[in-house]
Amino acid sequence: MTIPEPDKIIDLRGTPCPLNWVKTKLRLEEMQPGQVLEVVVDDGSPARNVPRSVEAEGHRVLALTDGSDGVHVLIERR
Amino acid sequence: MSGDSSPKAKRVFTEEQIERYSRQLLLPEVGGEGQRKVLAARVLLIGAGGLGSPVGLYLAAAGVGTIGVVDSDRVELSNLQRQVLHATQDLGSEKCLSAKATMEGINPDVRVVPLSIRLRSENILGIIADYDIVVDGSDNFPTRYLVNDACVLAGKPLSHAGILRFDGQVTTVVPGRGPCYRCLYPQPPAPGMVPSCQEAGVLGVTAGVVGCLQATEVIKLILGIGDPLVGRLLLYDGLDMTIRTIRIRRDPACAVCGDSPAITELADYEEFCGLRAAEEIAS
Repeated sequence: MTIPEPDKIIDLRGTPCPLNWVKTKLRLEEMQPGQVLEVVVDDGSPARNVPRSVEAEGHRVLALTDGSDGVHVLIERR
Repeated sequence: MSGDSSPKAKRVFTEEQIERYSRQLLLPEVGGEGQRKVLAARVLLIGAGGLGSPVGLYLAAAGVGTIGVVDSDRVELSNLQRQVLHATQDLGSEKCLSAKATMEGINPDVRVVPLSIRLRSENILGIIADYDIVVDGSDNFPTRYLVNDACVLAGKPLSHAGILRFDGQVTTVVPGRGPCYRCLYPQPPAPGMVPSCQEAGVLGVTAGVVGCLQATEVIKLILGIGDPLVGRLLLYDGLDMTIRTIRIRRDPACAVCGDSPAITELADYEEFCGLRAAEEIAS
C-alpha cells in the first residue's frame, strides 16, 4: 500500500492529552471525507492515545511512523 | 484541496475555548459543530431561584452564548440555602444582576441579559420571541400557566419543572410534537390547595437535582441529540431516591394546544398568596 500525501499537517508536539486529540478532532471535522491529516505527537501516551481516539471516532489510521522529531500519525477522515 | 475553503465559513475556536470546552468537545455528540450550536444558542430562564440557579450555572459553563434571566426579586437570606447563583454578598441585590455577575464570571463567552420585570400576558410574547428555548423555573402557578400558554402560542420549546420538599417533576414541551403543561394539568389549582415551598419547605439539593435535569434537556435540545422528555413526565423522589418516567399524552381537548383551542390569546390568572396585591401596595 502506498502511503498518501497528507492534505494537512498539524504539529501537536508539546500538547498534552486530551487536548492533542481535541485539536485533531476539530481539524478532522473541517476536512472532507477521504482527505488525509498528518499529526505529529509526542512519543509515549500521546502516541498511544491519539490513534486510539481517532479509530474510536470512526476515522482510519493509515500509518504510524516514529521519527526523531516525534510520532507521525497519518489519518484518513471518514 | 483544502478543508478551510469549505463554503460554510466555520467559526474558529480560540486556544482558550478549545481548552475550556475540551471535555465536551471530546464527546462524539458534541464536537466542534455541536459547540458552535451551543455558543450560538439563546436560552431564556424564567426565574433565577432554586431551579434557575443550577440551570444558569451549567448553561453558562457549557457556553450557551446568550442567556436571558427574568426575575424581579431581590436576593434574600432565605434564598441562599438553594439558590446557588447568589451569595451572601449579594443580599439585597436584584437577582437578575447577581445571576449575570455569577454566570459571566464563570464564562466570559456568555452574555447574560438581565430582565428585572414581572411577566404578564402583555409582555411575555415579546420577551420569548428573542430566544430559542425557554426554561420555566418559576415558583407560582400563574407564571407557570402563562409561560406554558405563551410557549405553545409562539411554538417555543419549553423545559418545565416543579419541586417541593424532596420531590420534583420535569417535562419538556415541544409544541406540535407532544403534550403541553396544560394537557397534564388543565387548570391551576385553587389558591391554597397546593402548598408553596415557602409553606412546605424544600431541600436545597432537590432544586439542584431537578434543575440539572432541566439543563440536560436544554443542552440536548440545542444539540438535537438524545430523547427529550417530550410526552414523558419525569418524577424524582429524593427520599426513596427513585426516578420514574411516565408517558403523558397530548389532550385533543387541551385549552391551548388542543384541536380547537379556547385560549388564543393570553390572560393573567389572579396571583396567589396576594403577590400582585402586595407588589402594587409596595409600588
